[in-house]
Amino acid sequence: MRRRMPKSLLVGAAITLAVVAAALLSWAWTPYPAEQVRIIARLRPPGPQHWLGTDHFGRDTLSMILVGARNSLAVAASAVLLGAAAGVPLGLAAAAWGRWGDELVARLGDLLFAFPAVLTAMLLTAVLGPGGTNAVLALAVFNAAVLARVTRGAAQQAWRREFVRAALALGRGPLSATLAHVLPNIAGTVIVQATILFAVAILNEAALSYLGLGIQPPSPSWGRMLGDAQTFLFTAPLQAVFPGAAIALTVLGLNLLGDGLRDWLDPRER
Amino acid sequence: MLAFLARRLLTLALTAWLATLLIFALLQLVPGDPALLMLGTAARPDTLAALRAQMGLDEPLPLRYLGWLGGLLRGDLGTSVTYARPVAGLVAERMAVTLPLAALALLLSTALAVPLGLLAAARHRRAGDWAVAGFGRLGISVPSFWVGILLILLFSVKLGWFRAGGFPGWGAGAGPALMALLLPAAALAIPEAAILARVTRSALLDALREDYARTARAKGLSGAAVLLRHVLPNALAPVVTVLGLQAAFLVGGAVVVENVFTLPGLGRLLYQAVGQRDLIVVQGIVVILVILVVLANAAVDIAYAALDPRPKVA
Repeated sequence: MRRRMPKSLLVGAAITLAVVAAALLSWAWTPYPAEQVRIIARLRPPGPQHWLGTDHFGRDTLSMILVGARNSLAVAASAVLLGAAAGVPLGLAAAAWGRWGDELVARLGDLLFAFPAVLTAMLLTAVLGPGGTNAVLALAVFNAAVLARVTRGAAQQAWRREFVRAALALGRGPLSATLAHVLPNIAGTVIVQATILFAVAILNEAALSYLGLGIQPPSPSWGRMLGDAQTFLFTAPLQAVFPGAAIALTVLGLNLLGDGLRDWLDPRER
Repeated sequence: MLAFLARRLLTLALTAWLATLLIFALLQLVPGDPALLMLGTAARPDTLAALRAQMGLDEPLPLRYLGWLGGLLRGDLGTSVTYARPVAGLVAERMAVTLPLAALALLLSTALAVPLGLLAAARHRRAGDWAVAGFGRLGISVPSFWVGILLILLFSVKLGWFRAGGFPGWGAGAGPALMALLLPAAALAIPEAAILARVTRSALLDALREDYARTARAKGLSGAAVLLRHVLPNALAPVVTVLGLQAAFLVGGAVVVENVFTLPGLGRLLYQAVGQRDLIVVQGIVVILVILVVLANAAVDIAYAALDPRPKVA
């Protein structure tokens, strides 16, 4: 039976696709080169030449936002994929492994949840120097802990179902049963959680690059644009609005997408 | 309850200990000589040697860890290179800004979220509910530091009601100090309140479906009276739990927001120490903040168990 798609899923998917399209577009085209400095055109208000105005170096704000989308999505996507690569196998193994696995994932979660991503990133930056890699690592650690916990919970439920028990009775080993039966059944839950973590990663990446701990200049990032604009709040207030709106729109789209996917895959959870 | 308490305190100690181990291990990732990294290549050899001795760099790794852990337990976090002062003293000073900021943010977010949750539950599937849901969606989508910048834009740049940042110190009186903390606390509280309002709403709706709520309605009490007198107290347990889970986000958010408003708190000190590569200060602040989060989580678990005797497994 086909279920009707929730409205939040459609709106969320549309917003997310638009942001991804903008990021992809920035590889091929931006109104101006995003790193082009023109001091003579600094802090211009929005107008026909520069739709969203220019920053304190005369760089075109729209171009920077487009390239910033690319950077922001790249950091967040790497952090979620890396977190999934560590967390999902760990959660699956913990569920197959019984009591000890449970205990391990629970304690690991307790430990890693005590480290706000911003703190981990600052610690790594103090040790290794600033850069986008630290941001990815710090966010991935948190994502791995969340995904391990969610995967383990969902996998434990799947283990109790008849078809998994039947597969075991027919002589499949735990690894083979996990790959053939458990994983396909929990994929939806994991994808929903990964979407929400993607949104959280965008927020955290913005905070880190605001502090100068993310992607380094001259490559533009939304967080750094806000940091720069804060210095010129009196002369060019709108420059502090556009990059923030880009962050909020992206996160809103991903949250709607995650909520919509959850409602669509599991209509009980409303 | 006693067995639960004992187990929870044991996991609390274990988590805190593992956290110190993890922080110490991460600091060993420094490429090359940490003393050279902190002081720069222009440092004099005897200054370098003194710092190496202070950090215990000549000792084997396990001994160095035990030395640091022992100091931590005694409240000795080492001496800052940049400030030439004990880190514990610096941390204590800055706590006087960060803790009131966090407390004010917690207060504001609860004061905003509980009435919004009540409104949404009372107007379930009507305009009020949709409005609160919209605030919830938007609130969790905005970064707190951007909310901070927008608040500065509105209240300092346009209206001129507040200063755009800085802190007069508690010596200037509680009034001006609290005024300086109000906008930063609001920046932290608005995204926080969005999450809390959602949780409050669904906890209230769950509680409204219980038998006692229906009985109270059947007795002839008004909807508002049932909600306030009978349902709200019962719905608070999940709200408290989420409040505790938010401790880590609040700490992370405070670190960033302090920098938006140039508040001389722990987050600002940490940010400056990262820039100066004062690893002793960084290590000290991170370990204190992480232990604070661990303590908050444990406190919430214990409070939850005390409020509701059913879930007793740690």
